[in-house]
This record gives sequence, structure tokens and C-alpha cells, in this order.
Amino acid sequence: MKITVETEKCQGHNRCFVVAPLLFELDEYGYAHEVDGGDVPPDQQENARLAVANCPEKAIIIVEE
Amino acid sequence: MTTETRPDQPKQRDWATDYDIFDPQYVRDPYPIWGELRDKCPVAHTENWGASWMPTKYADLFAIAQDIEHFSSREILVAPVTTAASQDPEAMPFYGVRAPPISSDPPEHTWTRKMLLPHFSIKAVAPYEAGTRELCGKLIDEFIDKGRADAAVDYAQQIPPRVIARMLGAGEDMTDTFVNWVRDLLEIGLSRPEVRLPARLALLKFLDKQINERRESPRDDLLSRLVATEVDGEPVPHEILLGMSLLLVVAGIDTTWSSIGSALWHLAQHPEDRKMLIEQPELMPNAVEELLRAYSPVTMARVMHSDYEYDGCPMKTDDRVLMNFPAANRDPEKFEEPDKVILDRKFNPHIAFGVGIHRCAGSNLARMEMKVAIEEWLKRVPDYRLEDPSAVTWAGGQVRGPRQLTVVFP
Repeated sequence: MKITVETEKCQGHNRCFVVAPLLFELDEYGYAHEVDGGDVPPDQQENARLAVANCPEKAIIIVEE
Repeated sequence: MTTETRPDQPKQRDWATDYDIFDPQYVRDPYPIWGELRDKCPVAHTENWGASWMPTKYADLFAIAQDIEHFSSREILVAPVTTAASQDPEAMPFYGVRAPPISSDPPEHTWTRKMLLPHFSIKAVAPYEAGTRELCGKLIDEFIDKGRADAAVDYAQQIPPRVIARMLGAGEDMTDTFVNWVRDLLEIGLSRPEVRLPARLALLKFLDKQINERRESPRDDLLSRLVATEVDGEPVPHEILLGMSLLLVVAGIDTTWSSIGSALWHLAQHPEDRKMLIEQPELMPNAVEELLRAYSPVTMARVMHSDYEYDGCPMKTDDRVLMNFPAANRDPEKFEEPDKVILDRKFNPHIAFGVGIHRCAGSNLARMEMKVAIEEWLKRVPDYRLEDPSAVTWAGGQVRGPRQLTVVFP
């Protein structure tokens, strides 16, 4: 699985970072960025889906199942 | 047939064409009204308090918040405010002061928001957690032996003003004054300029002095850091700094105390939810999001840049649009069982902090305060109930939350 944050949509709600701290990092303004090129380890797939579902800006996309 | 309204009988309001968010019925229990509007007229209209429109569906709130081309933030209060009404010559230098970035559109919004965000990141607010916890403990010490407390006045209301005073470096002895100013600005004074304007002036004069003091001798506080900030090599204009510090005081106080109060009101009536949080403390961050969704305190406004038809609604230049984020968060088209508080709810993209470029800059601070306030309360007062449910009073309009919340505990 692979995810990406559409940075122009992210407004820094930080919901993804809270549900999936291993998959995202926050910059100094609080905007989220995917780590490891967006690769999601198998044990993090559920968290990735939670991050996607809970982003109020719909800024996180699953690019590869 | 003629209809007569007796003065002792409240008139039957048509909420779709004549809503009034200051109506006591709305303040007390807005949920059925939103339900009716979503079914009948999802973007309601009124001429009360000047022409305004009120969307109640999540999809509409989302779309409008993202459309900064048509919907401006230059006015954000839910009722029009006359700023020029003051005769006080002392108020003159402050006429132009606004509250950037919340009251700005781009481009001013962009750089002023960038200035604030690093100070309110998860990392930046974390150092205030221990102090907040200690503060909550001390507040509880005051009433724990009495078996009775006003969870709004004695607890919720005391927390945010002290935390923000600490961050700004403004002195905690200002707490009661901050609370009074903010209530006069956003609650009591929203429909009464004679209350609002003196409070605004007093707060601005206080902040003006504080900012000037930081210029002379910087300290280790947020206000000093903002004063020292340069944008593109230029110092930040005094008026912007003043407006920004006004925002920091006003935006974080009754909003967060309303959220803490609503959470404690809910938990007072739901022993099963208290039990869940006590037994599974790791659920707390998720529970905070759910409480924010179910009891979102804040309705903001936008104002129309130009005439524009939104989904069949002929909005006119300067019409207000009430950003009813609380109603969006109870929309059954978006949330399953929206009127049920499910502390371990998995799907919850709520917009209690707004959505789009004006997402609440203080959201991480608010979450930290809510989490700590609820945790510390449940540690010491795990079992409690409302003394008299009908005696709970609510404030509403711009910010909704309990204002008198007497609880009893063994």
C-alpha cells in the first residue's frame, strides 16, 4: 500500500499524525507529509485507512492498494 | 384567519426563513432545528440581525469554507457589529484593528497565519501540558471536599484563560479580567454594542501596553516572540501584532471552556462513558474528537464578496453566511448515528475547528486542554451527576456551551 498527502489541501488538522504517527511527519507549520515515500507496512494499513477517513480536508490519497 | 401572538406565548418561528441563533430555544436545544432544516431547507435565510444564510449540511459547510473566492472572512462574527459607534476618543487609534489571520483573506491571511502556526503545533503546546494538569488539580482541590461544584464556573471557565495568559506571558492575575472581557465581546456584547465596545477597548489598551513593553525588553513568552518576528526582513506592523494578540486572547477562551463544559455535561449523564474512559485511558484522544464533533461550540461567519448564487440561494454582496460547523457535525448524510456520542467512533472527519484555510490555528492547544481537563476531572471525580438537569444554562450564538453546570458527587 502507498499513500500520499496532497500538500495543497492539507490545512494542518493533524488528525493523520495522531492516528498513524508512523506514517506521517509534521513540518514546523503543522502540515503533514508522508514518510518513507508513502510506503505503508502491512501492519500499518488499518492506520493508513483511518488517516484517510478522518482527514477533514480529504487530503490523503491511497495511490496503491 | 388572523393569527395573534399573545406576549406571553413565544411566536412559532419558521426556522427556514426566520431563524435567529440567539433565540433561547435555539441556544438550549438546536439539534431538532438543524434536523428540520436539513430536510426542508438546508441553506436557511433570515433578515434577523441583518441578512444572513445558514447552511446545515456537512457538504455545504465544506464547500463554502473552501470557496474563498466568493465567501470572505473580513467579517466573522455571526451578528453585525458597529465598530464606529464608540464616542470615546481613546478608541480612535484602535478603529482599524482586526484579528488577523481569522479576519483576513489572502494575501494577508497567508503570512499572518504562517507567523502563528509554529507556536501552536503539537510540539509547541506540549510544554504547557504539565502546567495545565497542575492547574486542573488545584481547581479541583478547591471543591473536592464540598461534594458539589459548578463544573463550568469553578472549573472549565478557569482553565483556558490561565493557559493562554501563561503562553502570552500576560500574568495569571488577569484571568478574571480576561474572562469578563471575552464574555463581553463574544457572548453578552454580541448583540449589545454598549457592552462590547468598552470591553474591546480595554483589552486592546492592555495588549497595546504589553506589546510595547515587549519591544523595550523582550521576555521568554509568545508575545515577545511575535513582536520579534520579521516577515521578509521587515518587522510586523504594530496594528497586525495588536490584532493577532487580540485574537489569541479572544479565540481560545470561551471556545475551549465551552468544549470542556459540554464534555463534563455529557459525562455527568453517561456513567458508561465515564467508565470507558477510566478503564481505557488510551481512548482519550479519540474521545476528545468525538466530544468535539457532538458538541462543537463554534459557529463562525463569512460575508459575500459579491452577488452570488449558491445552490439556488441568491446571496447578495455583504450578506452574511453563518458557518454552522456544529450542525455539519451532526449531519446523518456524513456521520452514522450522528446524535449518539460514540467515544470510540472510528470514522470522524469532524469540522469543529472549521475546514479550509481558516482551520482553527489553536486546535492543538484546545485538544490538549480538553484532554487534560477531562483526565484530571475523572481522576478525582470519577462518579458525579448533574444536581438538577433543568438548572443547566447555556450560552449560544457564536459559541455554545454550558455556563452554569452544578454537579454533585459522593
